[in-house]
Amino acid sequence: MTAGAIGREIDGRSWLVGLLRAREIGIVLLIAIVVIVTSVHNSHFLTANSVQQLLSGAAIVALLGVGETLVLVTRNVDLSVGSVLGLSAYVVGDLFKHEHIPVWSGFVIGIAVGMVCGAVNGLIVTALRVPSLVVTLGMLYVVRGVDSKIVNGNRIDPDAIPNSFTAVGYKNILGVPWLAVIVAIVVVVVGFVMRSMRSSRELYAIGSNPDAAALAGIPIGRRVFSAFVVSGGLAGLGGALFLALHAQIDNSGGTGYELTVVAAAVVGGVAIFGGSGSVVGAALGALLLNTVSQALVASRVSSFWNDAIAGGLLLCAIAFDRWLSLRVTRSLLSAERSTA
Amino acid sequence: MADVAAPRLELEQAVKHFGAVHALDDGSITLRAGEAHALLGENGAGKSTLVKILGGVYRPDAGVLRIDGEATDFSGPAASRDAGVSIIFQEPSLFPDLSVAENIFMGRQPLAAGRRIDRRRMEREAHSIFDSLGVHIDPARPARGLSVADQQLVEIAKALSLNARVLVMDEPTAALTNVEVQRLFDVIVTLRERGAAVLFISHRLEEVFACCQRVTIMRDGRFVRTAPIEDVTIDDIIRSMVGRDLETLFPKSETTPKDVVLEVEGLSSVGVFDDISFTVRRGEIVALAGLVGAGRTEVARAIFGIDRYGAGSVRVGGRELPNGRPKAAMAAGVALVPEDRRQQGLVMDMSIDQNVALASLSRLSALGLIRHSSERRLATTWAEKLQVKYGRMRNTVSTLSGGNQQKVVLGKWLAREPQLLIIDEPTRGIDVGTKAEVHRLLDGLVAGGMAVLMISSELPEVLGMADRVIVLREGRVTAQLARAEATEDAVMRAATGQVAAA
Repeated sequence: MTAGAIGREIDGRSWLVGLLRAREIGIVLLIAIVVIVTSVHNSHFLTANSVQQLLSGAAIVALLGVGETLVLVTRNVDLSVGSVLGLSAYVVGDLFKHEHIPVWSGFVIGIAVGMVCGAVNGLIVTALRVPSLVVTLGMLYVVRGVDSKIVNGNRIDPDAIPNSFTAVGYKNILGVPWLAVIVAIVVVVVGFVMRSMRSSRELYAIGSNPDAAALAGIPIGRRVFSAFVVSGGLAGLGGALFLALHAQIDNSGGTGYELTVVAAAVVGGVAIFGGSGSVVGAALGALLLNTVSQALVASRVSSFWNDAIAGGLLLCAIAFDRWLSLRVTRSLLSAERSTA
Repeated sequence: MADVAAPRLELEQAVKHFGAVHALDDGSITLRAGEAHALLGENGAGKSTLVKILGGVYRPDAGVLRIDGEATDFSGPAASRDAGVSIIFQEPSLFPDLSVAENIFMGRQPLAAGRRIDRRRMEREAHSIFDSLGVHIDPARPARGLSVADQQLVEIAKALSLNARVLVMDEPTAALTNVEVQRLFDVIVTLRERGAAVLFISHRLEEVFACCQRVTIMRDGRFVRTAPIEDVTIDDIIRSMVGRDLETLFPKSETTPKDVVLEVEGLSSVGVFDDISFTVRRGEIVALAGLVGAGRTEVARAIFGIDRYGAGSVRVGGRELPNGRPKAAMAAGVALVPEDRRQQGLVMDMSIDQNVALASLSRLSALGLIRHSSERRLATTWAEKLQVKYGRMRNTVSTLSGGNQQKVVLGKWLAREPQLLIIDEPTRGIDVGTKAEVHRLLDGLVAGGMAVLMISSELPEVLGMADRVIVLREGRVTAQLARAEATEDAVMRAATGQVAAA
């Protein structure tokens, strides 16, 4: 190889990095386009109030998407997040109603409930080596069942929940909803950790090539377990925030969230077969999905179309990923051949 | 250098069984500081199992492992690494989604303030290791898409970055060019001078003689002998490895070729190969020779219909094959044994009998359902004919050694009783003993009236086995040589383009 060859490889790389970065930028652009097009039709779409609603609405899915990303990256999936959210929300609400616990502990308890569920998931997946798809699908129903048992036909109404708790759901700071601020902080912190900590890089290694990860001495079981615990914990936090946002909860909270969350992550560029993707991408994916569904409402399109369009976005994202990886592989191969 | 340095690593009588398969019955080796030690043996002799024990991947059922004289027990790969043992496994094991630098330093990334990974330093360090190897791989690019040789170089860089006291290399040179192999040898010398012990596994005996001071030979999972390299000859080694005198590596019986089976005329594919014409007759082996990248595999793929060609024609038994239809080629009695058996020849996670039966399913099924008894019967017949060494028919093929895997691929196609067998690199990565068996098998097939088109990069194999040699260079036929004319010199001249002599 010659100096020219090195130059070409570095060129190839910057082109590649450009495209990968473009994924996050691309989603931001897409969101901008949807917002602009919709506000042309409906001037109310771009008011401060509706933007705040947009952010609050996306926040919880984005939060769950962050945890889901950790799990997906290891070549696993967590389908129990919706049920866990529902359970944690009701447990916290119930404690407010009957035990009058302090406001701050609502969040702590929510997270704790989620982490316990995540730990059960992680334990079964790693210790018994059952595929996570099956385990978390089972947990989806088990947790929902436990939830229904606890709820027992009751519901928690707004008057049972302290005002300072629900304030998190509707108050803004500098015009930005508290919900969005909390989730943004989580995204930034976890995003940094995923990029720059040894143990989280090992999550990517596990998903990228499990056999090689074992050979490299990576404690696969422990890492995958932690990913499930974090995913559960964030789903639990999501439950507390869900309660704060809606100020009421019955046994159906969070139903169907799991698929929205996975879809958001995949639209955001997280590979469903592990190894790549960022939490920022997953959060942006959630924002895009929510923006599209709000845009449909604002454009008075029947809400029936909502799911179809979300599904279409998902398919486009997967097709795009496939196309991208083929392009990348081909360009790397041809760069190699020309240097050989 | 001290004559007898203290043993850095000793393995004594290690045993490892997987159910009925005795992978290792007596694995013994002593590695000394500052010494490069070769481990030789046929495929299936237990070398890779021994390596995996040293790497902490397998725990031996019995036996003692000592590091610097102290008995140890590796609980896993991390324990082995922490003891200063660094291993380059036979199959590159990289993380395709991560950068090359991260692949090298996974779990040991250099840290900056706040335990944060220092990417710039990591890439700089990767760069300096590549410099010492004299290769240029961008540390920041993803590992996905690296050639096998470059993957192997990344593995080597990984091992070097560990500053290992014991470096184990399981066939590191299989995919490397001569220049890269030479560089690797230089690095081995440097490591030895630093006091590291090196264990080197290779099927290329000349490499062993070039860089090792001591050899250990294994056969059938057992230690045979250890000797200083000066005290042994290639013949000694082969005899110890095979356990018998190798009658001849290239058993070639005289045959008289009969009617033409394959006619290739003016086959062209833009940028790949151009105007290729030749014939293969019943009862002869025709070799496609040439350098890597000359277009040999591509021609074979086009004949079989995997890739479409631009112009020309392929006739089998007088009838023209449609372009790009492997099914039609199979129906016409053509079989293709690909070069990369793991990726293209076998379904690694399926059992031995299912793999053998895979190409004959239509014959074995009734009303679309596969009869397992006939599947098993077919597979057993062929496994016996080809002398496959296996534990149980329902074990996955991934449990077999390389040579036995190749026999399974062969069995799969021979079970269809083809009239034309196209075989790409029939003995790549196979040990001497199995090599001779595969050659004898091919010889028997041609004697039985089959036509064989063989692609091989090993010149002795081409010269030893082929009735005719067709040499390709940059996608064109540069020579067609009869067995008598085919000398090393003539083939190499045609392959490299110095056709003056032809």
